[in-house]
Amino acid sequence: DGNYCLTCGSDKTLKLWNPHKGTALRTYQGHGYEVLDAAGSFDNSQICSGGADKAVALWDVTTGQVVRKYRGHAGKVNCVQFNEEATVIVSGSIDSTVRCWDCRSRRPDPIQVLDEAKDGISSVKLSAHEILTGSVDGRVRRYDLRVGQLCSDYIGSPITSVCFSKDGQCVLAASLDSTLRLLDKDTGELLGEYTGHRSTTYRLDCVLNELDTHVGCASEDGHVYFWDLVEGSLALSLPVGQGVVQSLAFHPRLPCLLVATQGQVTLWREDAFQPEGDPN
Amino acid sequence: MAESSDSEGEDLVSYGSALQPLQEGERIKKPVPLQEQTVKDAKGRYQRFHGAFTGGFSAGYFNTVGTKEGWTPSAFVSSRQKRAGRTVLGPEDFMDEEDLSEFGIAPKDITTTDDFASKAKDRIKEKARQIAGVVAPIPGTTAFDDLIGPSKITVGVELLRKMGWKEGQGIGPRVKRKPRRQKPDPTVKIYGCALPPGLSEGSEDEEDEYQPENVTFAPKDVMPVDLTPKENVHGLGYKGLDPSQALFGVSGREHLNLFTGGSEETSNLLGDLRHSKGRKLGITGQAFGVGALEEEDDDIYATDTLSKYDTVLKDEEPGDGLYGWTAPKQYKSKNRPEREFKYIGKVLAGFSLASKPSAPIKIYPPPSLPRNYRPVHYFRPVITAGNESCHLQKALEESTGKLESDPTHQSRHALNAAQRREQLGETELKGPAPSVLEYLSEKDRERLKEVKQASEQQMKAKTVSQQSPNSRFQLASPEEAAHKWQMLLGGQVANAGSSDFKPFAKNPEKQKRYENFVKSLKRGEKGERLERFFDQNMTEWERGREQEEFFRAAMFYRSSNSTLSSRFTRAKYEDDVDKVEVPRDQENDIDDKETAVKMKMFGKLTRDNFEWHPDKLLCKRFNVRDPYPDSSVVGLPKVKRDKYSVFNFLTVPEPTTSVTQATNEKIQESNSLNKPKKSSRWDVSDKEKEKKDSISEFISLARSKADVQQQPPVPAKEESGTGTTETPLTAVVDEDKNQEEESRRPPMDLFKAIFVSSSDEKSSSSEEESDEEQQPTTSERQSETTKQVDTADSSSSNLQENVTASTDSGISSLPTSKQELDATEEFGPKLPPAFSSGTTWQQQTEMPATFPGPSRKEKHRKTRERHKTKKERKRKKEKKKKHKKQKNKGKHKNKKSEKDSSSDTTDSSDSLSDMDTTGLSPKELLRRLKQLQY
Repeated sequence: DGNYCLTCGSDKTLKLWNPHKGTALRTYQGHGYEVLDAAGSFDNSQICSGGADKAVALWDVTTGQVVRKYRGHAGKVNCVQFNEEATVIVSGSIDSTVRCWDCRSRRPDPIQVLDEAKDGISSVKLSAHEILTGSVDGRVRRYDLRVGQLCSDYIGSPITSVCFSKDGQCVLAASLDSTLRLLDKDTGELLGEYTGHRSTTYRLDCVLNELDTHVGCASEDGHVYFWDLVEGSLALSLPVGQGVVQSLAFHPRLPCLLVATQGQVTLWREDAFQPEGDPN
Repeated sequence: MAESSDSEGEDLVSYGSALQPLQEGERIKKPVPLQEQTVKDAKGRYQRFHGAFTGGFSAGYFNTVGTKEGWTPSAFVSSRQKRAGRTVLGPEDFMDEEDLSEFGIAPKDITTTDDFASKAKDRIKEKARQIAGVVAPIPGTTAFDDLIGPSKITVGVELLRKMGWKEGQGIGPRVKRKPRRQKPDPTVKIYGCALPPGLSEGSEDEEDEYQPENVTFAPKDVMPVDLTPKENVHGLGYKGLDPSQALFGVSGREHLNLFTGGSEETSNLLGDLRHSKGRKLGITGQAFGVGALEEEDDDIYATDTLSKYDTVLKDEEPGDGLYGWTAPKQYKSKNRPEREFKYIGKVLAGFSLASKPSAPIKIYPPPSLPRNYRPVHYFRPVITAGNESCHLQKALEESTGKLESDPTHQSRHALNAAQRREQLGETELKGPAPSVLEYLSEKDRERLKEVKQASEQQMKAKTVSQQSPNSRFQLASPEEAAHKWQMLLGGQVANAGSSDFKPFAKNPEKQKRYENFVKSLKRGEKGERLERFFDQNMTEWERGREQEEFFRAAMFYRSSNSTLSSRFTRAKYEDDVDKVEVPRDQENDIDDKETAVKMKMFGKLTRDNFEWHPDKLLCKRFNVRDPYPDSSVVGLPKVKRDKYSVFNFLTVPEPTTSVTQATNEKIQESNSLNKPKKSSRWDVSDKEKEKKDSISEFISLARSKADVQQQPPVPAKEESGTGTTETPLTAVVDEDKNQEEESRRPPMDLFKAIFVSSSDEKSSSSEEESDEEQQPTTSERQSETTKQVDTADSSSSNLQENVTASTDSGISSLPTSKQELDATEEFGPKLPPAFSSGTTWQQQTEMPATFPGPSRKEKHRKTRERHKTKKERKRKKEKKKKHKKQKNKGKHKNKKSEKDSSSDTTDSSDSLSDMDTTGLSPKELLRRLKQLQY
């Protein structure tokens, strides 16, 4: 919720940071291989993570213990997300399935497997009643639980990252053709297209800022690019480092950006910034 | 008493204490009800009069065992933390204190029993027990028993004692002892042969005694036969680990040997005790016990010094062969090199050592493998030999594995097929024909059988004049059949390049044969030559069958390889699955989306909407109402489709063009089909449903009509159908052409064109007149048709008129139909450009073959089908509404067979072009129907 930062790495651990002070609060060990994604619950009491060991783990933040481990994916788990109430973990894997795991019951098998994708899932996002998945088969799928509908938007090139806009009306999808596309959620129409960065091989994140005015995306040339959402013009490019900017996250409420590159997490914010925090 | 004494006064005797006078204002205490009367013991606890185990519960909570809170077994402890800490409850746990008290059922107080009264001990039993103790897996337990347990003296023992028997003596007359064998040096300690307690005892006794000449002795005590039943799974005579030797080695025994007679026993007991102690040591030490497979197990515990060993080889004392594998090391080490020492263990009772050794088992070395031997068996393709004998010989060779013996076949692996053919003296071999039919999968066979059945009718149709219907497996002679088939396939096969089409792809050999077969068929070879392609070692029947299979495959797939292969991609599903799970809504083809993406036309083009059923629990967890509360489906709904139904063949190819406009239309169309929310010019969903009904109705009706009138050459139902409608259609088609742009609904016209039957011209014409009216009219027509069917016989003459008229018109209106077809091609589904060329339309040529003039065969077939169709009709009437789909399927099947049969008659290629165009319509229609249905 903006106060903590979670990093996960190939050292099989997760680390919880306070990004404002730069202190490592806790380390979570228990994954067998690299940890590929992690997410915190809304109340900061639990962490879920997915790794190359094909398992999704649910952690207790304070004790640092694995509360539960869900096995069932046939491949690396690329992305994990909690739902709003942290009752369900949705994980997307390289085995082209999205699995919904129940945190409440002791069920070892997923509640539902969304296996419509033809290729690996690279990104999963959740809203109150929707599951948004981006797959390498070039489709953005949105499962609407309330309506009972699956909308699949064909983008073409492999999707690296998807995210909802804050108003929940748009879907931002980053794909490997170095393009970010802003799609209308309901009709699938293209609202904006943002190019200029480089994204051809890695799974890079894209974000929308706290006010939905700008679109940000990591790039392989060590920059983070920001476009104006409406005009589509490049507004800012932050030189972060030399290598690939692997991950970035924007503060939900404040103009504050967290960027991970080459084993280093940096926090970007405006000068006059009251420390309030940054999400994972 | 007290009452009466009131009046008398002084001389009263008063008992007890007087009640306390009631104070003013105080209410009289109510008597305590029964359930509240409780008894408490000194500590204030509730007292029970009897325990639960001693019968009845008189106290507790209202005379129950329980308390007010109920009977709580024990405090619940979450099993999560202390899962292992599980308490074992004995009966005592359920007993009350009273039960354990002196007068309860399980008194805990120690009382002496008369078991301990006797002082004397039963020695024999003792001994037996001792032995058992040694033998027992945990030694020393019996010793404890001795210590603790009471020993009873039986009457017999009592009597014997009275007679002067002493413990330790044998029973019987006194005997004079033989002089015992001399020991060379009594002081020398005996090493290596630690005697078992029983025997050593006896010998010890003897040793110590001085022997006067004429003294008789009591006979030696006889060891009771150990009759312990064998209850373990050890080998016979297995002794287990002798702890005294294993743990203490020789030293322990040595120590025991020093003791004499009386103290022997106690020392034994002590020894046992020590053993148990030693065992404990063993546990705490480096290893538990001695591993059975360890060679130097003695070294672990025994502290051997060289001085303990005999320096001189001598005969061992007899009777010391008591050692199993636990024998001291010297035994083993001695025995190992010398083979004559055959058996070291104790000879079991009842067994004796064999005098001569059993003949050694001769061990044959495994055969040395040839250098190029591979441990994998592969089925060598059997080369078709001209003569059977050669074949047989080869097979024999292979079976015996003497492949190398035959010089002619020495390098047969190096030979190629041509060389082999040379060797065998064959002129030209079209291809290897190994035996494969046996390996045909069952499913494959099934599938082919289906195909066979389909073409069976057609066969019959063709040969109906000369042949009584064959049973399926009684084939005509292959030559004849081949001839027939060849006639049948004729020139059509010629341009059917089967290069990319593999009906037997699962079976490569067969496929190869098939290809050869087709090739030769193209060349126009006759049956005998064709037969060469079949495997020689197949039976006649098999060969015939396969040949027929090939023919059929050639027929069946002939058209598809050219037209369909351009539209089909590789199979998505396994070939051997009859039913495939097809997602009801398939994601549209990517190609058009690709183009859409390129043109940045996101939105409808790139969007696919599916019905998706979330799991109920998922909805619950997301706090969302289940959108499909009563569906059991989770995920995308799927539809079971018959894989080999016409529908699949027709729907799978979704023709696409790169023209985006077309795709746009198409998507719209499919959308409207999927969920008919768009209000088209015609009310699509309802009407089409109606349509379907009416269509099937018409077909059946037409058939029935054809059946009814038999004398004149009657046109087949298709002819009659299209023919009659042609006349009104000419007008309609023009109109349609005009409307083409606005109305993207081609199927309707096609429906009309084909399926509006001649029989009800009134209704059909009315139908064509006004589209809006159609719905009521169709329903009306349905009722009409049913009526007609019922009164089919009566109205036969009337029908006849109609039909004859229709034939005329049908023939005359052929060009118009062509015209119409041109129109349909334009607004039909977007076809690949290749389709416009005449050759690719070959598939459709089968269909229109019926058009040029009514054929006699058709008629015959019709008559034969009459019964069937009648039945069908009835059934249809019954389940008209319910089983639309099935009906349609059946109809399609009929059509297919017709299609096949129709191709019989086609031998002129010049009429093809005409047929092509006309033939489109039924095909189209099938597809449309299909689309409607799913």
